[in-house]
Parts: sequence; C-alpha cells; structure tokens
Amino acid sequence: MPELWEVTLRLAVVLGAFLVLPLLVGQVEHKAMAHMQSRVGPMYAGGFHGWAQLVADGVKFVQKEDIVPAAADRHVFKLAPAVALLPYLVAMIAIPIGPGLVGQDLDIGIFFVLAVMGVGVIGPLMGGWSSANKFSLLGGIRVAAQLVAYELPFVLAAASVVMAAGTLSLTGIVMAWTPWWLLWQAPAAFVFFVAGLAELRRPPFDIPIADAELVFGPYTEYGGLRFALFILAEYAGIVVLSALTAVLFLGGWHGPFEDQMGWVWTLAKTGLVAFVVIWVRVAYPRLREDQLQRLAWQGLVPLVLFQLAITAVGVVMMQ
Amino acid sequence: MSLPGVGLVKGLVVTMRNMTRRSVTAHYPDALPELPPRSRGVIALIEENCTSCMLCAKECPAWCIYIDSHKEVEPPDPDNPEGRDRSRNVLDRFAIDFSICMYCSICIEVCPFDALHWSPEFEYAELDIRELTHEKERLREWMWTVPAPAALDESAAPAKEIAVAEKAAELSEGE
Repeated sequence: MPELWEVTLRLAVVLGAFLVLPLLVGQVEHKAMAHMQSRVGPMYAGGFHGWAQLVADGVKFVQKEDIVPAAADRHVFKLAPAVALLPYLVAMIAIPIGPGLVGQDLDIGIFFVLAVMGVGVIGPLMGGWSSANKFSLLGGIRVAAQLVAYELPFVLAAASVVMAAGTLSLTGIVMAWTPWWLLWQAPAAFVFFVAGLAELRRPPFDIPIADAELVFGPYTEYGGLRFALFILAEYAGIVVLSALTAVLFLGGWHGPFEDQMGWVWTLAKTGLVAFVVIWVRVAYPRLREDQLQRLAWQGLVPLVLFQLAITAVGVVMMQ
Repeated sequence: MSLPGVGLVKGLVVTMRNMTRRSVTAHYPDALPELPPRSRGVIALIEENCTSCMLCAKECPAWCIYIDSHKEVEPPDPDNPEGRDRSRNVLDRFAIDFSICMYCSICIEVCPFDALHWSPEFEYAELDIRELTHEKERLREWMWTVPAPAALDESAAPAKEIAVAEKAAELSEGE
C-alpha cells in the first residue's frame, strides 16, 4: 500500500510540474521577449506586471467555440492536440531532477524519452492532414520533413552521451557526468539543442507554422481549447527539451551543495536552457525550408558523426 | 574577413543588451504623454474674437467647419450728431466636426483675428460619431487648455507685433 501512495505522489508532482512549468516558461517568454524588443509585455492581468496573462488567455480559450471544419477528418482532427501534448507529459515522468527524484526511474530512460518525444511530432502532422486545408497540409508536410531531418542528429547526439556514460538510464548518465564533459561533449550538446529546437518547431525553425505565409500551418483550422493545447504542447516541449539538455549535457544536479539542493541545480539549469530557447527566438529570423534542410543534413549530421568518433576515441582511451 | 557565426553572436548580444535597458514603452493611460509644443490635439475657439468672416470655413479642405451668423443693426451713438446705423455680425453657430477634421491647421493659420487656437488635449473620443461635432460652447471650453505660446529661441528675431508696439510707443512719447 505505501508503494501505491508513493507512485501516486510522484505522478501528482509530475502532473503539477507539467501544468505549471510550461506556463512559467510562457510567462518568461512574454516578459523577456518584450524587454529584448524594448517593450514591457503584459502589464495588467493579475495586477503585478501581468503575471496572470496566461491564466487570462486560458480562460479566453476555454470560452471559445469548438469548431470542426465540415470537410475535416473529424476523429483525427479532434485527437491531434492530445497526441501533440500528452507525449511531453509522459516524457516528463522519466526525467530525473535529483538522485531518486524522478517520476519513474527507467533503465532505458533516454531511449524511452526520445521515442516519446518523436510521437509528439505526430500531433501537428495529424492536424495538418485532417484539416482539409491546403495551408495546413503544406504545414503538416513541412513538419514531417523537419521530423525526418532533425530526428537523426537529435538521436545521434543523445547516443554520444550514452556511449560516454555507458548506460541508457538518465540517472546513470548524470551519475557518470564530470565537468570535463562540457568540453568533450560540447558539439553533441549544440546539436542536441538545435535539433531539439527544430523538433519543437520553435523559431528560427518555425517554417511549418510560419504565421505570415502559411497562416499557422497545421494549426490554421484550430481554435479555442484545441489550439490552446497545441500551444501548451510547444511550451511543454520546451520544458522537456531544456530538462533533457540539462540532464544529459550540463550535469543535472551536479554543483555546489548537491547533496542538499541538487534538484535546485537541475531546475536552475533547465531554466537557463529554456531562457536560451526564448533568447534565440528573439534574436534570429526564420530559416527558409531549404536552409533548414541544409543545416540538418550538411551541418548537424556530419558534426554529430564527428562527435561520435571523438566520443568513441575518448571512451577507449579512458578505459 | 570575419569569423563565421559572428553575426549570430552579435544578434544575441544586441537582444541581451536591449533586455538590460529600460523599455521605451509609453505607459499611456497610467502616465500621460509628454507632448511636444504646438501639439495638434483639438481646436479651441475664442468666440469674442470671431467676426464670422467665414475664411476658416472656406479654406477648410475637409469642409468640417459650420458657421451660421446673422447681421444686427445697431443704432448710432446718440451723442454723435453725424452718427449712422452700424451693422455687426452675430455668431449663431460655430461647430467643428472632428470626425472629418484632418488637423491640417489651415483654419488656425488663416484666421485674421486669432479666434482659433490649437490645444494639446486629445482625449475626446466618443461612442457616437455625432458627439464629435463640437459646438461653440465646447470649443470655447477648450480654450482654457491652450498653452502659452512657446518661448522664442535664443537670439531669434523678436515678433513683428512687438516691433509695431514699440514704434507706436515711441511715437506717442515724441508727441
């Protein structure tokens, strides 16, 4: 019986984090992006510097009409937002923020997380296909092209860390981590972060949703709550990607006083990476479709293969 | 020859530097804007100065000024045996439709009697477009918000009116 309680408690905490952290990232994006553009961002909702803006947005989305286009594939159309969002919740269960502080410690944690994150991309693809809209279809196909291009460097970069640590367990990888990895695994960290951004379709890799030319691509026909779920999925994805980058490449809970406040270190590193995600969005213009593909196949894939070679040499030398 | 990727770093530096600086947002409803001198907010009317000469209404490119007047005949001064009847224009209606006005300032420049002035007040939005036609009482009220004319620049030539007044003063002294 106590075991059941423990599992319930862990899942409740993960669910809480899943509901709170993406909103936190969203709010930081509102404010940080505004100040980077010399604006102030939301100022009124909630009274103090617009802290409740996303709550207000949520209330607004809930009130809107739930529309399904007449020509749409109803069931696929309605299911797509859930398919986009839920994988990130499932992925969060397996990400540790401290020794033993994890929803469910899996021996093949990284394999599980990467597989589940791949499913997250299916959501927009379903949305784009089922909307019966040419913009949505174009966007959906671009999502697919992006998935094919960036899943490879994404997984290979993670494989480099797995080789270095000699384990597929996320907790095990952090345990094996040493500061020396910051240099040794730097190219892999870069590739992982960039490919992760592309998988999330975050600017500058947001050509599938390009609001100016594709009118939000796969999300064109969505409104109200389902649209909100897609947007929430984007921010949940940022949290998962940031947490994974922190855990795999930045040493998770390693840091001063890690025995007492290790989880603070993980969350701080996650927050830092999430901030960089926002920062990159503000600083860079959107990549064109051909530039996007070229970056993946001519830039990231060779780089990460080179990294794999370095990692292999390093592992052999250190044995 | 610069290193590849320098531009990417520069982009990050610029955005970060912006974030550490104060934003340029004007917090309008909370803090009133500091308007430059001679701001064109709303047109004020000194009814006493108006002779209903219709110059402003004729020059207005948008035809947004409405003037109605009638003539009144005044009896001559009883002390003056050679006096005659005088006729005088009385203003019945002076209205500006600010839903049509394009704030070109021609009416103010063309007025020979300084009856029209710019006021910097701009908060007179209405829910009904008909309310944007300000009648002469309302135009008179705006007059209280007209600022004093801006001071001249240093070493600028003095206004013509001052030279005229000084000349008149010298002449009267010489008498």
